[in-house]
Amino acid sequence: MISASLSMLPAAIINGFMYGAIYALVALGLTLIYGVLHIINFAHGAMLMLALYAAFFLFDLFNIDPYFSILIVTPCAFIFGYLIYRYGIGSLAKGKDQNILLITLGLSIIIENGALFFFSGDQQTVNLTYGFDAFDLGFMYLSYPKVISFFAALLMCATLWAAMSLTDLGRAIRAVAKERQGARLVGINVEHIFAVTFGIGIACLGAAGCMMLPIFYVDPYTGNMFVLVAFTIVVLGGMGSVVGALVGGFIIGITESVGGLLLGESLGQIGISLIFILILIFRPTGLFGSKV
Amino acid sequence: MFNLRRHLSFLLLGALGLIVLPYFISSRFYIDVLTLIFFTAYLGQSWNILGGYAGQFSFGGVMFFGTGAYVSSILLTTFGFPPIFGIFLAILGGAFLGLIVGYMSFRSGLKGSYFALITLAFAELLRVLANSVEFTGGGVGLFLTYAPGLSNLQFETPVGFYYFALVLMFISIVIVYWLEGSRFGAQLVAIRENEDAAEALGIDTLRCKIYAIMIMGAMGGAAGTFYSQKYLYLDPPIAYSIHLSVEMLLVTIVGGMGTIFGPLVGAFVLHSVNEVARHFIDTPGLSLIVYGLILIIIIGYLPNGLIGAFKKKGKKSGSSSLDKKRSREDS
Repeated sequence: MISASLSMLPAAIINGFMYGAIYALVALGLTLIYGVLHIINFAHGAMLMLALYAAFFLFDLFNIDPYFSILIVTPCAFIFGYLIYRYGIGSLAKGKDQNILLITLGLSIIIENGALFFFSGDQQTVNLTYGFDAFDLGFMYLSYPKVISFFAALLMCATLWAAMSLTDLGRAIRAVAKERQGARLVGINVEHIFAVTFGIGIACLGAAGCMMLPIFYVDPYTGNMFVLVAFTIVVLGGMGSVVGALVGGFIIGITESVGGLLLGESLGQIGISLIFILILIFRPTGLFGSKV
Repeated sequence: MFNLRRHLSFLLLGALGLIVLPYFISSRFYIDVLTLIFFTAYLGQSWNILGGYAGQFSFGGVMFFGTGAYVSSILLTTFGFPPIFGIFLAILGGAFLGLIVGYMSFRSGLKGSYFALITLAFAELLRVLANSVEFTGGGVGLFLTYAPGLSNLQFETPVGFYYFALVLMFISIVIVYWLEGSRFGAQLVAIRENEDAAEALGIDTLRCKIYAIMIMGAMGGAAGTFYSQKYLYLDPPIAYSIHLSVEMLLVTIVGGMGTIFGPLVGAFVLHSVNEVARHFIDTPGLSLIVYGLILIIIIGYLPNGLIGAFKKKGKKSGSSSLDKKRSREDS
């Protein structure tokens, strides 16, 4: 039994990397929003679910490949995120963190149940022509969608990292994250930056949704599964750190798949919450975080 | 602070009204809704002690509920231990869990969002454990037998459970009333307003926060016994559901944090809205959309909760000064 598990270990680790990259993408949006706005976006899971549905319907109605949908869903998600922050969350919350938390909570209730109302509670999946094709690595098969999603997720992380480090917008976002008042004083429109950051965070989800659709199913409650995972990655990697989100994603992905292999389906999930608690107690700044 | 003397006659009248109410309501439905309102108000009140008074938001409040439910239910199904005594062990179990969680997280200085998140993770950890071990019945769950009687804390009519919930809620109000007048309560408020200043004044903030979460845990434990004896079934997703964690903070914040009657007002309003919406629109999902909308509107336009909205001289009430102080703990 144990030796059988051990022989499957390399496969589990590689699978963990594949899922980890996708988790990282979900966490990326969250860490960005947390790092800049200092809020917990409770509606993160619900918005991921919306992105999955968007990709699903693009495929179902117009036969657009989910990976191509990235180009459509991501900008739409950005606009959605920008508008919902600028004219919803931001203006209603009047700058109070606790209100933002509750408004995103209310938003998640609305989105989840809106999806239940319009799309029904049935689980939906897509059947891609290449969905069952796989690379043969000798000791395991790796399906095309997983590999494509893996590299697409890496590309997204790299793009975001570059945008944050090299562009003026990225600099402005980092300035607002570090020192709101100072940023305002040097002429940065803080409200606009907040909304843009929220938009980018949701855009990451849009891309993540498209990449996840070929691998996961979607129903109105799909998002919930990823919420604690995403929070764990964000805390593990350090709030606001792009590199941290990627590394954290890999660690969590591998923990999950190896834990599932060694401890079984049910107890295997324990790794995520355990890591979460331990990291909060012993290193709350995370692996790549700079300050609490 | 809430002045009991001035409102005493009004309060007694209200309490009396709730006690005799079942004699005027024949509909089982309304009794059940009211029972649920008291139950939620009770849980909200437990959240209020740590969240509203001590200023420590928890997102995993359900863990005390679930643990209490498992303690008394497992004692009953395995050893035939009567729940009327089991409820006290559930209370102890909840308080003990509060001690562990409180010690681990407050000891390492977690506050704000970090504390909120770690409670969420503890609840999730317990859910996975309850799902994986034998003695909780695992994913299949625990089935309790229906044998009405006071020793089982089960009743033949919904009215029995109505009074059970009502008693729990009365007790919670008494606890919070005592808190408001006590030295301990003042220490909690001091921690909420400015923890460093409280520490400098010589308040043992760690000890106070741990006591507060233990009280919350003890109250949650009793709620667990109530639930399992009423619904006779328990499984990990019910015992550690994130929805209940959210609901207890929701009713408190909507009603008014750091106030005696906030959780009750919040529970009453949110449940009424929910039932009315469900009554008029009987499509899955749509009633909850309305519920979410109302929540957002209340948060956006009544920042101090409903109680705060009715209190014009809000400067003296706890909840308004709370809002000014709270923010950026985590920045």
